[in-house]
Amino acid sequence: MITSMKQDSQAGHVPAASTPAAPSAAPSTPPSNPSNGPRELPAFAVKDLNLFYGTHRAVQEVNLEIPNRSVTAIIGPSGCGKSTFLRTLNRMHELTPGAHHTGTILMHGEDLYRAGIDPTLVRRRVGMVFQKSNPFPTMTVAENVLVGLRLNGVKDKSLLRERLEQSLRMAALWDEVKDNLHKSGISLSGGQQQRLCIARALAVRPEILLMDEPCSALDPIATAKVEELIHEIKKEYTVVIVTHNMQQAARCSDRTAFFYMGKLIEYAETKAIFMNPTQPQTEAYVSGRFG
Amino acid sequence: MTSTNHRFRQGVNLAMNTLFVCCAILVVSPLGFVLFHLVSEGARSINLDFFIHLPKPPGQSGGGMGNAIAGTFELLALASLVGIPVGVLGGIFLAEYGGERMNGWVRFWADVLNGVPSIVWGMVAYSLVVLPMKSYSAYAGGLALGFIMIPLVLRTTEEVLVLVPRSYREAALALGLARWRMIVRIVLPTAMRGIITGIMLAMGRIAGETAPLLFTALGNDFWSRHLAEPIAALPLQIFAYAISPYDDWHRQAWAGALVLVLLILALSIGVRLLSRDKSRRA
Ligand SMILES: Nc1ncnc2c1ncn2[C@@H]1O[C@H](COP(=O)(O)OP(=O)(O)O)[C@@H](O)[C@H]1O
Ligand SMILES: [Mg+2]
Repeated sequence: MITSMKQDSQAGHVPAASTPAAPSAAPSTPPSNPSNGPRELPAFAVKDLNLFYGTHRAVQEVNLEIPNRSVTAIIGPSGCGKSTFLRTLNRMHELTPGAHHTGTILMHGEDLYRAGIDPTLVRRRVGMVFQKSNPFPTMTVAENVLVGLRLNGVKDKSLLRERLEQSLRMAALWDEVKDNLHKSGISLSGGQQQRLCIARALAVRPEILLMDEPCSALDPIATAKVEELIHEIKKEYTVVIVTHNMQQAARCSDRTAFFYMGKLIEYAETKAIFMNPTQPQTEAYVSGRFG
Repeated sequence: MTSTNHRFRQGVNLAMNTLFVCCAILVVSPLGFVLFHLVSEGARSINLDFFIHLPKPPGQSGGGMGNAIAGTFELLALASLVGIPVGVLGGIFLAEYGGERMNGWVRFWADVLNGVPSIVWGMVAYSLVVLPMKSYSAYAGGLALGFIMIPLVLRTTEEVLVLVPRSYREAALALGLARWRMIVRIVLPTAMRGIITGIMLAMGRIAGETAPLLFTALGNDFWSRHLAEPIAALPLQIFAYAISPYDDWHRQAWAGALVLVLLILALSIGVRLLSRDKSRRA
């Protein structure tokens, strides 16, 4: 697992960037998840996280660790703070006026919110796919996929061509659009648009991919394709997926977090959450008695 | 009881419908009447000479408004140099950067500017350009018209930028794009048609302005060779000819008015085409 090229570059890059710049963060770094070996820090270590919209506390005292190269599902009834929590992981919540947080989030051991960390750099490393597909309407399919690279200054034509095909293949879209790369991105079907957005997020090679109910507007066939691709990319990426659909969480995640009214109620291996949850609320939710 | 009530309501309905149709006719008829009058009075004087020749001295027939037509286009171009950058950048600031309080003030200010009588802009340009340069000039006229354009372009730019869905901004920022890049490369292109529509509407509005040109562009019976010289413009020429005692000039004034109205009509039609195309795409 650790021999993939991406991981080599990541392992070389992340500690080098973080250690000298954040000496104070080092002692407080929690021990990494034992299942990932002693030297690998978890993708995210969330400690005492609260998120407020003005005075409304949408996320309360959340503590959890998300291991590398795994799929973590976040489930819970609507309005329980799933999206809000997800958006703290790439600092997207900072775009919402009045939103602020307390607590810490370490990404590979590095404090995401440390003063001096540029949120745009965080978002380049932590990609996001939204509930509603949102390809840029003025751009073609190819331009949509490559926009993140191009606007961040990549000019190398052969690299761009390579990334275009790679990303579209990863998103299981290449065969469907390879002859229409210069058509408008919004000319595709709904399911294709969502996969185009996934390809766009993957093209910048983030380390982590956050997905906020990516299949909620898709038909079953398109949903199956997206789930297949999640399965595929977890070999190299850490995926955090919010879903309304418990079967989906059961099918494609390794670990599941159950949120209820802004609190993390239970977080464990997906099997454990669905087969023998320890909390009564989890039990009630996964057996369909509320939510 | 119910049937008289029903008949009463039918009667009211008929009366109201008649009233609305009359109002609609009242709205449409002046435009139809003006166009008809312009065509019947002016069409005869419109020929190739009218577009390419200078006015003839009084008493001689023939000649044209070539210099005034060219001057109007030059003034529109100069006004655009002032109005488009300031208006568009201001609109971007309002939609993307400014804080709540600050924006309220800028918006209020823009609306006040919009309501300032156009002759006042002529006075402003007179004191800013004509007095220091000691000459009436195309620059002064362009600046006066540009001032009028600014609030118009600013408000439409702001409005269309605000309409760009939040989801596109979030998608762009989630890719790790810096804010200004997102604005320049994602938001502006998405809103481009709307911005261009606003610019064309503003140009249509200033194309017919006369008062701000009276003591800035001044008017010119000849081709102007330099932008620092007084320059002719259609509305000024129409004004000058309309108050003259010569029949031939009156006919030419009608022709000039027709050309001006057609120019503004063309801009409006362009706007319609642009905005219709947009709704078809969306
Ligand atoms: N932009 C916002 N401003 C204020 N409150 C919000 C905002 N977004 C979400 N909330 C509130 O935060 C809570 C959690 O919302 P959210 O994270 O969207 O839930 P979920 O994704 O689980 O359905 C809800 O009570 C919601 O009303
Ligand atoms: Mg949500």
